[in-house]
Amino acid sequence: MAMTPVTEEQLIATYGPNLNRTPPGGWDAGIEIDKVVDTHCCFCGQQCGIKLKVSGNKVVGFEPRYDFPFNEGKLCPKGVKRYLQGSHPDRLTEPLARDESAVGGFRKINWETALDRTASEIKRIQAEHGADSFAVLSGVSLTNEKSYLMGKFARVAVGTANLDYNGRLCMVSAGAAGKKALGVDRAANPWSDIPLTDVVFVAGANIAECAPITTSYIWRARDNGAKLIYMDPRVTPAARTADVFLGVRPGTDLAVLSAMFNLIIERDWLDHDFIDNHTNGFEEAAAAVSGATLDWAARVSGVPASRIEEAAEIWGTSATGMLLHARGIEHHTKGVDNVLACINLGLATGKYGKPGSGVSTITGQGNGQGGREHGHKCDQLPGNRNIENPDDRAFIADVWGIEESQLPGKGLTAQEIMNEIHAGRIKGLLSICFNPLVSLPDANFTREALGKLDYYVNIDFFLSETAQHADVVLPGSLHEEDEGTVTTLEGRVVKINAAVSPPGNARRDWEIICDIADRLGAKQYFDYETTEDIFNELRRASRGGTADYYGITWDRVVKEQGVFWPAPEIGHPGTPRLYEGGKFFHPDGRAKFIPTPWRESAEVPDSDYPLYLTTGRVVSQYLSGTQTRRIGALVDQYPEPLCEMHPLLATNLGVTDGDIVRITSRRGTMVAPAKVVETIRPDTVFIPYHWPSDKSANLLTQRAIDPISGIPEYKVSAVKVAKGTGRRDLLDDRDLTLQGDQ
Amino acid sequence: MIQSGYDPATAVFAIDQSRCIGCRACVAACAECDTHRGVSLIQLDTIDRAISTQTVPLVCMHCEDPTCAEVCPADAIKQNESGVVQSSLKPRCIGCSNCVYACPFGIPKYVASFDQMMKCDMCYDRTSEGLKPMCASVCPSEALWYGSDEEFSAKRTGTLVRNWQFGRQTVRTKVAAVVSEPGPVMITIGEKPTQWQDDPFGLGR
Repeated sequence: MAMTPVTEEQLIATYGPNLNRTPPGGWDAGIEIDKVVDTHCCFCGQQCGIKLKVSGNKVVGFEPRYDFPFNEGKLCPKGVKRYLQGSHPDRLTEPLARDESAVGGFRKINWETALDRTASEIKRIQAEHGADSFAVLSGVSLTNEKSYLMGKFARVAVGTANLDYNGRLCMVSAGAAGKKALGVDRAANPWSDIPLTDVVFVAGANIAECAPITTSYIWRARDNGAKLIYMDPRVTPAARTADVFLGVRPGTDLAVLSAMFNLIIERDWLDHDFIDNHTNGFEEAAAAVSGATLDWAARVSGVPASRIEEAAEIWGTSATGMLLHARGIEHHTKGVDNVLACINLGLATGKYGKPGSGVSTITGQGNGQGGREHGHKCDQLPGNRNIENPDDRAFIADVWGIEESQLPGKGLTAQEIMNEIHAGRIKGLLSICFNPLVSLPDANFTREALGKLDYYVNIDFFLSETAQHADVVLPGSLHEEDEGTVTTLEGRVVKINAAVSPPGNARRDWEIICDIADRLGAKQYFDYETTEDIFNELRRASRGGTADYYGITWDRVVKEQGVFWPAPEIGHPGTPRLYEGGKFFHPDGRAKFIPTPWRESAEVPDSDYPLYLTTGRVVSQYLSGTQTRRIGALVDQYPEPLCEMHPLLATNLGVTDGDIVRITSRRGTMVAPAKVVETIRPDTVFIPYHWPSDKSANLLTQRAIDPISGIPEYKVSAVKVAKGTGRRDLLDDRDLTLQGDQ
Repeated sequence: MIQSGYDPATAVFAIDQSRCIGCRACVAACAECDTHRGVSLIQLDTIDRAISTQTVPLVCMHCEDPTCAEVCPADAIKQNESGVVQSSLKPRCIGCSNCVYACPFGIPKYVASFDQMMKCDMCYDRTSEGLKPMCASVCPSEALWYGSDEEFSAKRTGTLVRNWQFGRQTVRTKVAAVVSEPGPVMITIGEKPTQWQDDPFGLGR
């Protein structure tokens, strides 16, 4: 059974989160620096270059890495303080086994015992309930090497089809749409194209908080005269200077995008040559939006018709344009359609394959891009191959040295795996780099599901809220404790360098995985000496796929400050900009317009639950907060979730800034202080999701998923809000000034 | 360490408030500067979060004739050879806070735990070696920017403003503010607001 062994309070007392505020040795220790290591920040898909200062196998500080071309030294507060995650009092350094009688609910065990038990439990559960009754959940903060290894481990060593990853909660709508329409899943452009464009259209992306360095690219475009269109239910910081602000109702982006497409057709702002020579399916897609009038879209979305018209005119009449989208349009049951609608706007106006033109997702997680190409996605094999395609299966089976028939088929997506655990059909789970109790929707459901597992082994560096439910916890490695590569949101493969080795008896993730594979009788397939060996196998496995890394070597990645895939041959220069010459990745070289008829979100407000809830992130926290909720300065900046609401709504509720409010959906309820701001729609409340337990916004969200991508609909839930009891005086940031980290 | 090679006497430090996204990277990074490690000396003000996300970062403007030094009864505030106005000299500072009240930009702060006035010294340990200050190194939006004159002309638009008028006092600063047009900056009330200010959600108000 995998309920938590002791109370939440007892777990927190032993395993945190505690706040690390000072570097090892304190601020004034005058520590001798042994080495300065060039690497990247672990938080977010931009993968900013950073230098870590090391003393005595501890990371003690950072230095801006001016020579890395993407960020030239720039960092957000997460990057500045990321070095404090190492040498942390909460760091797991010994394998643990659940033990109700132990302080904190876990006792230390040795590696042999932990690994033997894990292997025998996997075998037992599979023997009793079938191969697919044991699932593997992975994550894309892992390097390409580890992501690749997790995919191979689940398929070859465990032999389960049920492998998926936390990118399922992140970029899969964009990936699915890209593959359908363009034949490939990657940003269309290097970010250096942004300053060259005539118009930047940001659709559902809080760039200032979730991809902060991208702001500088947009401001450079503004310096060069570009217009800025911003679509969001909130006036986020980067939206402030928009020429056109589209304050869209949650779940209605598709109405705005469809009306823009329709108007571009009506006014003939189309690029007919591009459509004729490089695309298929325009007529069908055009027919699907023929009823999308400005008045209809204004009624559905709440955006004034004149603004939709203005946005369409700017996009339609500009020679170049960059459309950047993120979770704001992707976290929907029509997430794939939303992205397809963006792609249609790009194709219709010929905004692909030239400088300053393209439609791209802003990938969220550290290795969101590379991780989804090579490893642990339930429907995918390395090189962005399709696990249901016989040729792709045969190719990978050959690289792995197994029979094609030994390769499992397509498995369930992350939310579906949790549903099956809840239903009692999946009995065992191995997870790494994933904290579903915080990050999956409907947290009460997830907690119930975790309680039903027969055996749960978790690999992590801190005891995450999900790991608290484990039978065995294996202490893995932090980002700075192993080397490898990641692929950034630009499609640029970059090198992560190890600054330190894992502390205590913690081990590198890939070595742990290989040891379990060995005990499952698969040693011959996991015989790696170094991390680079794994990459070189990945290169061969990706060869001939769309995400072709064959020509990318570690050596080149270091020398060239990253290489953009595809690079199919040794010596190939890499491909910073895709689709040049209007050449797309479908067999006929053409892109596909795909019709995107309007449909509603899975749950919309009604008389019982009259308001929209939308969730998202804040700049000082990363994903489920396993790392960033342990760093003092980042917690001080935004200590707990606030419920943002418009003063009109607040007045109706009798609420003032700082009052505690109770937010209730059909799934659950939570309380949070109100943050009353005019920068959000009056029919919508916003709560960031980084916190666990009774501060989890995912108590309220629903498990409805996109039928194609499997992404949950985090951005639209129906809720009611009532004034609670008590109030909290919200910290004014002026109070933080000069507080330092003493 | 990389030598960026900027001469602190001639380098441009520019603040463009319109670019600030309020992420507080500057605040976090300021505390990592070796001169005053653990203490952040930059200010990041939220103008009025109830109505806007506008935030304003403010480093010391490093006046040519610093008012803070002029009013200091203990002669504790010195300017270095590059024109950088430094924190108070510990042996001299009497903590009277004259400088705190006199500075037209509101920069110096009396820090009780040190019992002296401390302020931005433009990362002396970094800029004296030709490096960029911490805040302007990390600023994700380039609201805080440090570089050469030539780089500014090549990469940025806007006019650098270094002359300020406070009543009858004229102040010239080393740090510049970026404004969109050349010439004196006139603040006019009632100009057409940008869209985010002008009924962003179509409420018809």
